[in-house]
Amino acid sequence: MAEEVPLLELRGVSKVFGAVRALNGVNFTVPPGKITSLAGDNGAGKSVLIKTIAGLWEPSEGEIYWEGQHVRFHSPNDAEKHGITTIYQDLALCDNLDIVQNMFLGHESLRHRLLDETAMELAARKTLADLHVTTVRSIRQPVASLSGGQRQSVAVAKAVMQAAKLVIMDEPTAALGVAQTRMVLELIKRLSSQGTAVILISHNLNDVFAVADQISILYLGQMVASGPAEDFDRQVIVDYMTTGQSSRAEAAG
Amino acid sequence: MTDTIDPVAPDESPGGASTTEVAPAPDSAIAPDELVVLAPDVLAESIGDYLHAWWRRIRSGESGALPIIVGLIVISIFFEVQSSAFLTSTNIVNLFVQATFIILLGMAELYALILSEIDLSVGFVGAVGASIAMALIGAPQNWVWWAALIVGMGACALIGAFQGTIITRLKIPSFVVTLAGLLGWQGVLIFVFDTDKGAVGGVITITNKYIADLVSGNMTPAAGWILLVVLVGLYGTATVVRTSRRRAKGLTTPPLSITLLTVGAVAVAGIVLVYICNLNRGIQASPVSGVPWVIPFVLLVLVAQSFLLARTRLGRYIYAIGASPEAARRAGIHVARIRTIAFALCSFTAGLAAVVYASRLGSISVGFDGGTYVLYAVAAAVIGGASLFGGHGKPIHPLLGGLVIATLTNGLALLNISTAGTDIATALVLLVAVAVDSTLRRRGRSGAGG
Repeated sequence: MAEEVPLLELRGVSKVFGAVRALNGVNFTVPPGKITSLAGDNGAGKSVLIKTIAGLWEPSEGEIYWEGQHVRFHSPNDAEKHGITTIYQDLALCDNLDIVQNMFLGHESLRHRLLDETAMELAARKTLADLHVTTVRSIRQPVASLSGGQRQSVAVAKAVMQAAKLVIMDEPTAALGVAQTRMVLELIKRLSSQGTAVILISHNLNDVFAVADQISILYLGQMVASGPAEDFDRQVIVDYMTTGQSSRAEAAG
Repeated sequence: MTDTIDPVAPDESPGGASTTEVAPAPDSAIAPDELVVLAPDVLAESIGDYLHAWWRRIRSGESGALPIIVGLIVISIFFEVQSSAFLTSTNIVNLFVQATFIILLGMAELYALILSEIDLSVGFVGAVGASIAMALIGAPQNWVWWAALIVGMGACALIGAFQGTIITRLKIPSFVVTLAGLLGWQGVLIFVFDTDKGAVGGVITITNKYIADLVSGNMTPAAGWILLVVLVGLYGTATVVRTSRRRAKGLTTPPLSITLLTVGAVAVAGIVLVYICNLNRGIQASPVSGVPWVIPFVLLVLVAQSFLLARTRLGRYIYAIGASPEAARRAGIHVARIRTIAFALCSFTAGLAAVVYASRLGSISVGFDGGTYVLYAVAAAVIGGASLFGGHGKPIHPLLGGLVIATLTNGLALLNISTAGTDIATALVLLVAVAVDSTLRRRGRSGAGG
């Protein structure tokens, strides 16, 4: 296997809150254009890890490398400038605005210093078509009228619109039913096939196995396992998530 | 790797992420409820579709302007049946002129309402700006009128920016800051009258012809017609050009028939308005006719505000912040700055409203009842269809709501109903409007599954 420069690499990252060591010497690599699934039980440090990557918090120790370069993210803007977009569970969409307006929020196209609705609508339509988001009736409908899966699609399309190289998705399917979950998973695969790397955080192992190329497992702030998805099965993941080790994996390895 | 997803969530998801959910509608089909929140023009291909979608929307609470227009017509018919003096050109023009102050003050309040805030100080802030302007025009200052207006309106904008800064930087609720403003700016108003040597008995009389003519002066009948033709022509051309440009790029547009119908309706309304204004409403010895200048003035403010809210980044951000400040912040919008600008615009527009008020009375007095007017301003916006919950509302809403309030006040006065009765009737209309709005909105929202 050719040695590829990882898109994102964390080396020995720790994060300390008072007496609590939320992350402890975490090494984590995200290859470009692949889907990396980050698993872990509640309190394992998943949120702290993604917030560190997203620039909300600076690590207490350790280094972050972006495309091989050492970087420091002092704010979410720094991370965004490098092309890291985080989609939190609440999605951060404005219900009263339509799909196009939400996709361009904060990055509107202007013509003669006025909003260029035509250009924005055409660009939004193309992005959605590229992602095969075809279920919305009109891209001029307010986001309030969309289903949970469609809202996820808009949030993802918004990230693509802003030329994200890495999209972090926090439990994108947690509140969705079966059909909608399938739709979002398809979307995630489409995203990675277009060359965008994805970090997927999910409790649902079905989702993880459906899309992940790589799996990394956190246990009490430590990275206990990382590797290609083929190396894991359900039981091994559950063992790692609940106990931090897996006798099965060791026996097999 | 498998594409199929086991529909039964196995127990091994240890975090217990809840996957239990009521079966959702399949994504391929639009849920019927979803129809109700879509604007008809994004769905319809024919006029029949359009009317159908539009009716669904009205029933769901995304009503638009029509129900309130129907309400206005019903109220007018009622008053005309009760008193033949109601639908005379004298009274109709009088009614419009009466409404302009509350309409403009409602448009000012709209900026705060869209942000999901409130500004209780608009009445007195506007009065401070207007009385500064009037004092500068009057003796002994004798400023040229436009310079005085710039200073007066500039003072309003500064006051708004100041209050907005306190609200956003110190994170104090707008209700409290502008409540303090309601008290404090009344004090400043009294100070202005105490300081101005031209104020007699707490009244500054308007001496400038331009300011006085804003409300009491009329365009010549011919000028009224010419202005109407120009405005409808511009509006029609702009609408048709925009629609055909969108169609040329392959974007959805409302059916042409709907576009023409809308332009036609605007033209008819304009013709009726100008016709009524051009009827002689004076006595035989001194005929009076023509469109009062204040009507195109209000239209100008309406167009400017609509343009700002719908076509600029600032307007887009005001709506975004009104719905979700957090989403706006994460989109990189400078939320505090936008909110401060919106409060400045709110106060500036209030200044224009107070100038119209002074022009109508021919003077401005220290007894200006800014505390009551602000409540009428909020009522006008809400009766017209703006939401108290933020994120929704257009300049047309305070216009319609202001007309409803003026019609009630005017009609009940013609019926010799006491002030007590008028106040109670206005209160009931406000309650009904808000009740209808929130009931329909709730139904629409739960229907949309959000």
